Amino acid sequence: MTAKQTPLYQQHIDAGAKIVDFSGWQMPIHYGSQLEEHHAVRQSAGVFDVSHMNVVDLHGRGGKAFLRYLLANDVDKLKTPGKALYSCMLTDDGGIIDDLIVYYMNEDWYRIILNAGTHDKDMKWINSQLPDSPDISLSERPELAMLAIQGPQAIEKFSSLLTSEAANKVAELPVFQACEIDGIFIGRTGYTGEDGVEVILPGDDAVDLWQQLMAVDVKPIGLGARDTLRLEAGMALYGLDMDETTSPLVSGLGWTLAWQPEERGFIGRKALQTAKQNGLEQRMVGLLLTDRGILRSHQQVKFADGSSGETTSGSYSPTLEKSIALARVPAVVKVGDSCEVDIRGRLISAVVVKYPFVRNGKSMLNTEQT
Amino acid sequence: MSNVPQELKYTKSHEWVLAGDDGQVTIGITDHAQELLGDMVFIELPEIDKQLAAGDECSVVESVKAASDVYAPVAGTVIAVNENLADAPELINEDPYGEGWMFRLQIADVNELDGLMDAEAYESIEAEE
Repeated sequence: MTAKQTPLYQQHIDAGAKIVDFSGWQMPIHYGSQLEEHHAVRQSAGVFDVSHMNVVDLHGRGGKAFLRYLLANDVDKLKTPGKALYSCMLTDDGGIIDDLIVYYMNEDWYRIILNAGTHDKDMKWINSQLPDSPDISLSERPELAMLAIQGPQAIEKFSSLLTSEAANKVAELPVFQACEIDGIFIGRTGYTGEDGVEVILPGDDAVDLWQQLMAVDVKPIGLGARDTLRLEAGMALYGLDMDETTSPLVSGLGWTLAWQPEERGFIGRKALQTAKQNGLEQRMVGLLLTDRGILRSHQQVKFADGSSGETTSGSYSPTLEKSIALARVPAVVKVGDSCEVDIRGRLISAVVVKYPFVRNGKSMLNTEQT
Repeated sequence: MSNVPQELKYTKSHEWVLAGDDGQVTIGITDHAQELLGDMVFIELPEIDKQLAAGDECSVVESVKAASDVYAPVAGTVIAVNENLADAPELINEDPYGEGWMFRLQIADVNELDGLMDAEAYESIEAEE
């Protein structure tokens, strides 16, 4: 299989990107310094090419009923056109096939954004569940590119490129809400814990927008910083913090499950209800390393009572200048508990903390924890 | 193309070695290695007086991206470590052959240095990667 390139590939090369393979896509990991890119998003504004993500449009009258069956969160909550919902898509056993954002555009149109790495199995699953009905049709939109513009100055800088009418529309856009301006889809969403937008548009237009963003000093940001930003923001990453062997209940995503109304029989509901009734043995927590070292995925976490858990994703936090992780631990573990993490054969001290770790550029940690 | 100073010796695992005339050698990681790893955030150095055999894992460099072992290029005793790296691991990115040096060994057998690669040989290894 030849590696795929997004319409922005040449822009990345021109900006000095180091390109890596990401799920079959040639993507920028950084443009020189991952740390500087991270700080740019926390302090000013940066743009990510996320065109590798899978944009799927669901058209027809049957879309709503189908999504209410397919997804663990309930699209019936979406009443305003453009409103978005974060949801997991589950197996019958309650394992997570993928996490996604679904936008309610109108009664006949939902737009779903799924991960790139899970593309094939997602489409296979969705198609296998899709009713054979003239009232519903599914179309992938590979011709569309997607840019995420994020940071405290993201809206201001992006708006400076728009007409005043369009800029007003963007300024008034509530969080988790999208609108369409001249065929360009703009959603006030992101994966960084900062304000910003995600813009979906044709590939050629994306190249123009990218160049205009560079001209107003929005920094190009690679996938490396995307990972440290989302980890600080306490946002779960598919494949590390969750997968088909873990349910939302033990992945810190219980809040995305819409149990009401009770008669909505979404895929995975029965399994999750049983798991809940039997009592959950694990839960997701944040870890802050109090001694020196760097937390990574799949490190063992040991508690004083002899029980243990495992980090699901960990890294150095450029904002906190400490190492942080998400970890799946015994359900009895509480915020403030101390533990030790096995880092390359050495036990290093850490403390259980609430996450998100960082929001809108600021540490969310209590001072007594640090 | 990364910087490969002529006066240094190199290993396949991307350490550089600067030989002094008193049987002391200074060791760090190459420009190529720091570029591959990206921004450094944590460096674990060997203990002073520790005896190392050639090829021993003796140090760890952690970038934002990943942790990577550093190996002793030759046998010897650790006589100094670069303590500045504790607060400024980025020195390895900024100046891998200078301020970013990692540790110093008093070597047991000076002849061991002849087994290391010269700049030209190391460049050919880089080119293969």
